Parts: sequence; structure tokens; C-alpha cells
Amino acid sequence: MPSLKELKNRIGSVKNTQKITRAMQMVAAAKLRKAQEAAEKSRPYSDRIGTVISNLASSMKGAGDAPPLLVGNGKDDTVLLVVATADRGLCGGFNTNIVRKAREEIVALKNAGKTVKLFLIGKKGHEQLDRLYGSDVVEFISLKEEKVITAGVAQSIGSKVTEMFEAGEFDVCKLIYSKFQNVMTQEPVAKTIIPAAAGIEVEEGEEVSGPDLQGAIYTYEPDEAGILRVLLPRNINTQIFSALLENVAGEMGSKMTAMDNATRNAGDMIDKLTLTFNRTRQAQITSELIEIISGAEAL
Amino acid sequence: MADKLHFSLVSPERELFSGDVDQVDLPGTEGDLGIFPNHSPLMAAIRTGALRVYGTEGDSVYFVQSGFADVTPDGLTVLAERAVAMSDLDKEQLKVELQAANEAIGSLEGDAALLAQQNIDGLTALIAG
Repeated sequence: MPSLKELKNRIGSVKNTQKITRAMQMVAAAKLRKAQEAAEKSRPYSDRIGTVISNLASSMKGAGDAPPLLVGNGKDDTVLLVVATADRGLCGGFNTNIVRKAREEIVALKNAGKTVKLFLIGKKGHEQLDRLYGSDVVEFISLKEEKVITAGVAQSIGSKVTEMFEAGEFDVCKLIYSKFQNVMTQEPVAKTIIPAAAGIEVEEGEEVSGPDLQGAIYTYEPDEAGILRVLLPRNINTQIFSALLENVAGEMGSKMTAMDNATRNAGDMIDKLTLTFNRTRQAQITSELIEIISGAEAL
Repeated sequence: MADKLHFSLVSPERELFSGDVDQVDLPGTEGDLGIFPNHSPLMAAIRTGALRVYGTEGDSVYFVQSGFADVTPDGLTVLAERAVAMSDLDKEQLKVELQAANEAIGSLEGDAALLAQQNIDGLTALIAG
């Protein structure tokens, strides 16, 4: 049986831990609200850009000169997986779930005889995937220095991906991130962003028809190809941007839940330790009393 | 048919404007465009410059940098890579960007150089007035 002093120290240390986890939970809750707001604000843009591309895609259908970013380059031998995770731990199974999803994809692709290249965003995913597939990692970016995810960050990542595609380093690009559903559930998803046409069709689940133009014909300024050339890289940036924002929201949600559990566990532990502490104290008092009484009786 | 134009201006970060207006003037890559209600469907790339909204409660001006204008029977949507209300614009920062753009243009060719030149022209015009 541990001594009273030891128990007292343990209770103290668990109490301190509880204070820390509670603070972390509150910080995560505040950050979650901000992240959710940011994700919601970015939604109109990514929705619109999706509609615009599907309009253009449906009007370009069958055209022989459709840009490779839209329809692919006819191959799917090399697949680039952009895996976005968080830079910090202590957020439950958040990073592990994304990494698990990525590993499933990697295994499936490798079994199908494809070459896999990894573009990792976030330190935690890098730590885990680098150990397993170190030779496949082509790029790693940590966003630890970024306090807020801005469109500029996503743009620099997006242009790297586009450059690699244009240099013929890969044929298909998939983005793996965690889709934020609510505070309790984040679902890791893999989304094809190059070719763009595939991503749109999968997402909408059905053939996309353009808006009702009431018989009028779209005018393009400059021509369709010119617009697509600028629009498609931007679409990639936007997809990455919204994935990053969803990730931040998911990370914070997950962290909040994890820290809430930790705080509750610490509370349980304190109760248990306090009980043991009191029992030990009483036992000590009782044994002291017995000693005194039996000493008195002996006289 | 509505005699107002439904206009929304969105940047990747947020929606800056959404509402019914009388007219929107925007800088297209091929030239400035004035969009009125019931404009025929149009998709235009935009360059760096000022976007002016003629609304019922007076005019407002926004700084936009590369993006798209999409006119459908439902209205006009501008997807700008970057959009800031003109009153919030920091001219000093624009000067820095202009300098960077001037340095970068030397290494560009073809379309990219053309777009960069338009960006420089737009920035220069904004800084000047």
C-alpha cells in the first residue's frame, strides 16, 4: 500500500494534468469555432468554381483538344497522393485515421501495379508514412508556421502539384484529407483532383448539366480553352484550400473531444485516488488507536 | 424578368458581396466589361483592377486580382483569386507586389508573361490613382 505522501503527490499531479487538458479543450473549442467559420466562408467559392468547371466540361465534352488537367493524360500508371494531416498530435485518432486511409489507398494502388508518389502536408502524417513508404515520398510541407491557413498557402501547394503534373511526374492525383462532418465525426476521404472531370462526376454522383440558359449561348472571353487553362490550376488550389480548412476544423473538433475525455478520465482518477487516500488515512488512524488501546490495556 | 442584377463577389476566403444591383463594371482580360441586368450568358477572365458596383445604396469599389466573371440568367458571379474592398486596400503593399511582379516578368513567356503584364498594368494604375 502506497504511503499517504505518495498518494497526495499523485493526486496533485493528476490534478495538474487535468488543468492542462481542460485548458487545451477550451483552446480547441475556440479554435474550432474559427475554423468552422473559415470553412463555411470558403464554401461559396469552391461550390461556384465546381459549377463553372462542370459547365465548361460539359460544353467541352468530345472536343479533342480538352486540356489534360480536365480529362487526364490518358494514363493512370503513376498516382500522386496528397495526404493532408495535422502538425500537432493530441487530437485523438484524427491523424491516424487519415494515415490509415492513405495506407489503404497505397496498398490498393500498389497491388494494381501502379507507381505511388506521396506529397505530404503536415508533420504527423509525415512521421508515420515516412517510416513505411519513405522512398515514395516526393514532397513534404509542414504548415506549423502558418497560424491561419490562407488561400496563398494552398496556392503554393497547388502550383507545385500542377508543375509536377505538367512535367509528367504523375498521371492521376488524389487528395486525402479528413472531411469535417461534425465535432464528433471526421471522415477521411480520398478525392481525385487530377483529372478534374473525374472528381466532379464522382462528387455529384450524376451527370452534371449546366444551368438553364433559356436558349441563349455562352460567350467566352477569351475562348473556352483559354479560360480552362487558367481555371483548372485554380480549381486544384481551391480543392486543396478547402481540404486544408476542413482538416483544421476536424483537427480541432477531434482535439476537443479527446481533451474532454482526458479531462473526464483525470476526474475519475482523482476520485479513485482520493478514496484510496482516505481509506489509507483511516486505516492508519485505526491502527494507531489500536496500538494506544492495547498499550493501555497491557498496563 | 428582374430589372436588377443579382451580383455576388466571392474570393477563396469569403463572400464579399451578395445582393441585387443595377450595374457592375469589371476589368476583363480582353477589356473592361459593363454588366447590366439581363446580360446574355458570358464567361470572362478578369485581370487586376477595380470592380465597380452600382447598387441601390450607392456605389462600391473593390480591388480584384485575377479570376472569373460568370454571367447566367440568374445573375453575375465574380470568382476572384483575391478581392478586397478598395477602402481596405494597402497601397504600400501593392507597391511591394508591383516590384515583385516586375522582377518576375523577365523569366516568363507567352500567356504567363501577358497575364503578368496585365497584372503590372493594373497595379500601376491603382497605385497612381
